[in-house]
Amino acid sequence: MKPRPSTGRKLTDLFVKGLSIAASLLGIFVLGWILFEVGARGFAALNWDFFTQLPTPPGVEGGGLSSAIVGTLIITALATVIGVPIGMMAGVYLAEVGKGTRLASAVRFTVNVMMGIPSIIIGLFIYTIMVLPFGHFSGLAGAVALAIIMLPVVARTADDMLNLVPNELRESALALGLPRWRVTFAVVFRSAKSGLVTGVLLAVARVSGETAPLLFTSLNSVYWPTSLSEPMSNLTVTIFNYAMSPYPDWQQAAWGASLLIMAAVLFVNIISRGMFKERKK
Amino acid sequence: MTAIRKKNSGTSRSDLVYRVVAVGAAALVLILMAGLMLELIVNSGPSILKFGVGFLGSTSWNPVTEEFGALSSIFGTLVSTVIAMIIAVPLSLLIALFLVELAPPAISRPVGYAIELLAAVPSIIFGMWGLFVFAPFMADHVQPALKNTLGFLPLFDGPPMGIGMLTSGIILALMVLPFITAVMRDVFRMVPPVVKEASYGMGSTTWEVTRKVTVKYGFSGLLGAVFLGLGRAVGETMAVTFVIGNNHNVSSSLFAAGNSIASTLANEFTEASEPMYLSSLVELGLVLFVMTLLIQIAAQLWIRRVAKKAGGGL
Repeated sequence: MKPRPSTGRKLTDLFVKGLSIAASLLGIFVLGWILFEVGARGFAALNWDFFTQLPTPPGVEGGGLSSAIVGTLIITALATVIGVPIGMMAGVYLAEVGKGTRLASAVRFTVNVMMGIPSIIIGLFIYTIMVLPFGHFSGLAGAVALAIIMLPVVARTADDMLNLVPNELRESALALGLPRWRVTFAVVFRSAKSGLVTGVLLAVARVSGETAPLLFTSLNSVYWPTSLSEPMSNLTVTIFNYAMSPYPDWQQAAWGASLLIMAAVLFVNIISRGMFKERKK
Repeated sequence: MTAIRKKNSGTSRSDLVYRVVAVGAAALVLILMAGLMLELIVNSGPSILKFGVGFLGSTSWNPVTEEFGALSSIFGTLVSTVIAMIIAVPLSLLIALFLVELAPPAISRPVGYAIELLAAVPSIIFGMWGLFVFAPFMADHVQPALKNTLGFLPLFDGPPMGIGMLTSGIILALMVLPFITAVMRDVFRMVPPVVKEASYGMGSTTWEVTRKVTVKYGFSGLLGAVFLGLGRAVGETMAVTFVIGNNHNVSSSLFAAGNSIASTLANEFTEASEPMYLSSLVELGLVLFVMTLLIQIAAQLWIRRVAKKAGGGL
């Protein structure tokens, strides 16, 4: 091999290293830019009325998004109550009950595919089974749509986390004569607790910022949420409607709602990741 | 495990309930998936019967005369996704390189964390930022500059409005970047140090080791990362809806307003009152579903194949 001059190679190397640093800085810069804009513009929209009053028509002073805040909390909580237990049990099937079976590998494949389905398609699906037949949008449909988005995420996390639990633990619990369900819930779950909780929290954070699946299911409303079978106001669809409107005061309210959503989502993310790290140590 | 299962085969009723519930939850996953496919096909039936295959190739979109075609939406989805991937893949590779090879742990950890947080930012927040902050920035600075330098190309023709294909593609790139980076970082980490050290020992520079050893060694994993980003970009809805302009238009200019399948659904679905209009929109959803399904299945099979030949090349 004939020796090659090293100057050019070293310059190329330096150039790529520079690009690499620039790309990383760009990533951080974009995150900072978004956080700054949402923080600054959103904070200007927040006041006491924002949290306590119902929405007002454009131009009318003093409106707030209290109904949307409560609606988002209800829909997200309901989605969690529906999606997490089913997702957990599907994960239990994958990692414990059906481990190694053909059904388990089919379900695992489907779970992975389901995680990649765009959330707007899930919204469309729920529209066809829960809105079209009844003739009206409903908060319940929105919650079910979010639950279906959570389901594969929770199942996948449970599968991964339960698989990390050493088999000796199951064997010794079974040797003590515990029934299988108690082995799973009292021993295996306890051992995998921090991972499971992190997974659930991340799934909740993810769906609480979802908009697309709510557009055709929960829709939106200007009233206080009173019934699950009626359209329910929520923050994310409100952001969409207000941002697309030509009214400056509505657009400002959209920034306020954006700040609430982003703060909540990032807060849960940071907390849950921190928790997982603590426990791992 | 099998030995244990045999020993407990005649277990109590509580265990039976436990098993049945777990199998039920797992079966529900399959049922939901099958139901989703079925519902999309059934509800797009009227549109499929009326327009046939021509639906995919027609640009007309007229709710009044009830003439619908998917071409402009499919075109917009493809163009914005391609722009996103052209930007996001090299950037992700560079960031992963920085995180794994260049930065000391004290810097790599917080930078990696920041990139992960970017993945947690909801789509609608990207939309708000895109519409009110980034699009004006594009209109004032980026698009005029592109027009002045590359304006002779039809790609950069037309008035710099800020919103449009290019802006959507860039925002999509920023949204999928953290997901691609995360996988690429893991792939880089999995390359055994011995292989890299051998190359360094021959006098290679960091870039040469990356290009000729790390990337080659982890190529299949890197491709998996690209698939993952692709799947996300194709179905991304809210951020695109905010900035793409929502116009049923096929234009050669990246500055022009357009639409994607997801943005058309988000914009028009609740206004669609006529059954044929609704059915056409569901068929658009079906097209998007099939696109993501193909990407997902290809990615899954690819990952499985790669995992099987573990040992060599990841």
